[in-house]
Amino acid sequence: MSTLTLSGVNKRYDNGAHAVRGVDMSIADGELVVFVGPSGCGKSTLLRMVAGLESITEGEVAIDGRRINEISPADRDVAMVFQNYALYPHMTVFRNMAYGLANRGMAKVEIEAKVRETAKMLRIGEFLERRPAQLSGGQRQRVAMGRAIVRSPKLFLFDEPLSNLDAKLRVQMRIEIKRLQRELGVTAIYVTHDQTEAMTLADRLAVINEGRIEQMGSPMELYSDPRTLFVASFIGSPHINLLPARFDQGQLLVGDTTLTGFADLPEGVPLMLGIRPEHLSLSADGTFEMSIDLVEQLGADSMIYGAVSAFSGEEPIELCFRAGEATRHVPGERLKLDFQTDRAMVFRQDNGERLI
Amino acid sequence: MTHSLWRSLSTHGILILGTIFMGAPVWIAFMSSTHPADTLIRDGMQYWFGGHLLETYNEVLFVEGGVMKKVTASRMLYNSMILGVGFAVGKVIVSMSAAYAIVYFRFRLATPLFWVIFMTLLLPLEVRIVPSYGVVANLGLLDTHFGLIVPLIASATGTFYFRQYFKSVPEELLEAARLDNAGPVRFLIDILVPLSKTMIAAILIIMFVVGWNQYLWPLLMTTQEENYTIVIGIKQIYQVLSEGGELPQFQKAFALTVLATLPPVAVVLVFQNWFVKGLVESEK
Repeated sequence: MSTLTLSGVNKRYDNGAHAVRGVDMSIADGELVVFVGPSGCGKSTLLRMVAGLESITEGEVAIDGRRINEISPADRDVAMVFQNYALYPHMTVFRNMAYGLANRGMAKVEIEAKVRETAKMLRIGEFLERRPAQLSGGQRQRVAMGRAIVRSPKLFLFDEPLSNLDAKLRVQMRIEIKRLQRELGVTAIYVTHDQTEAMTLADRLAVINEGRIEQMGSPMELYSDPRTLFVASFIGSPHINLLPARFDQGQLLVGDTTLTGFADLPEGVPLMLGIRPEHLSLSADGTFEMSIDLVEQLGADSMIYGAVSAFSGEEPIELCFRAGEATRHVPGERLKLDFQTDRAMVFRQDNGERLI
Repeated sequence: MTHSLWRSLSTHGILILGTIFMGAPVWIAFMSSTHPADTLIRDGMQYWFGGHLLETYNEVLFVEGGVMKKVTASRMLYNSMILGVGFAVGKVIVSMSAAYAIVYFRFRLATPLFWVIFMTLLLPLEVRIVPSYGVVANLGLLDTHFGLIVPLIASATGTFYFRQYFKSVPEELLEAARLDNAGPVRFLIDILVPLSKTMIAAILIIMFVVGWNQYLWPLLMTTQEENYTIVIGIKQIYQVLSEGGELPQFQKAFALTVLATLPPVAVVLVFQNWFVKGLVESEK
């Protein structure tokens, strides 16, 4: 039951690398916030700074309003689930879970009760006497979670906990993590590079790029209203379609195709037009003509990938079009497409700023 | 079929030859030790039991011999055991602590310091034996177990092995332990030591044998016969035997040799089993 506040947090390494740049954020009680970004963007560093495993070069981290910069990791009362689980290989599951409690001087009887209760909740009760090496990946994952939960910490920290699991298990555990976090009502930060995982888990999402928070908000907010080109292209699967464009004499031009419905854009700056795959639609007199390269039938959905040749002068641009259920289109076919002008986004190419 | 028969014949042939090569000297020493002294003088080394087994070993183990007639083989075995165990345990403790400090504590010059330790490999005991002797003698530690063992237990190789091993332990374990409120000492005792079991066993085996076989250092450090180790004892007793004017008691020298090889063999057999088990149950 805690809140976390980061203000002006910076991390500079001795070699001059500036891993985290001026992060401000506040996380409400019981909220699950996901840090998402490409690898090397500083999201793990930020998490480790909250855990106390990395020092804070500048700024302040506070739990429940109390500054914790100088407090040791153990005394911050946070629990972390590591990517490779970091279970103690020579200890049984029981001892793995009990170790942190015993080190805090909890009475044996109480430890026993807490571990058994937590193990039951995670359905690992029957494995308590086994060692990590005798467990499957999913079971180890549960033990790692159990070790975090059993301590009833103020804050859960997850560092890409699902990336070592296979796809099916990952979806299962994702749901389970979300359920447990809700049930326990513990504030949590979850780091991942997988945007699907991020979207499905998060109460709020922080997209991090080059040590900065690009944007923070609910998954849907980030999806439908990204503030930067980076966020627009990072969130969403399949990716948003991006078309290089420019604004000339009151008109938006992609190649030499004029698009109507755009106004008040800066001239002489390279722009980027972003259209989500689901905002394209078939239309007899459409603006673009696409020749189909690939049709992905996903059952409830089908994705059509193809090159748009309508804009002369430049290389054909690959577009993705979400065509709904059961299309009968085949590769080689040509489609005329239109897009919803009011849902399209325009960004500056130079600094990624969203203009429309 | 013939091919594989030929193959297994040749491999077994090589193994049998190797076994004979390694085993024959031990066998001859053992057999010769069961004969009376005059047989050995008259007929040379013996290849089969001579019927004096109990007599010789009883005399060697329990009747005081040596120049001063003050030491038995059992006393020397005891001394050797203390040296071997102290040497091995001391080396493990010292090199493990050194490696722990070097790998897990961020102090300045940790890496250069490690290489300085490593460079002491270029200075074996024989090179620094005079100053080492001087230090121990000035401290009045001659003829003590402490003086015999402590100057030997710093180990560059041990430190090196432990350092490499600790570096291969995933960093997340340390981080998990830190979050679990384990301080440096707890982490070492609760996590690092159990994880290094196999490493410790390996170093214990090697170092016990090395310690047991020390010759020059115990020779310098011990002046009293009752402090002799068995390895020195063989030499001393042999000397007495051949200089005493009596019939040289070669069977006793052989018996001592056999006795001196037994404990290292036992240690290797016992620990090897454990060591292999540890390797098979890979836990890291």
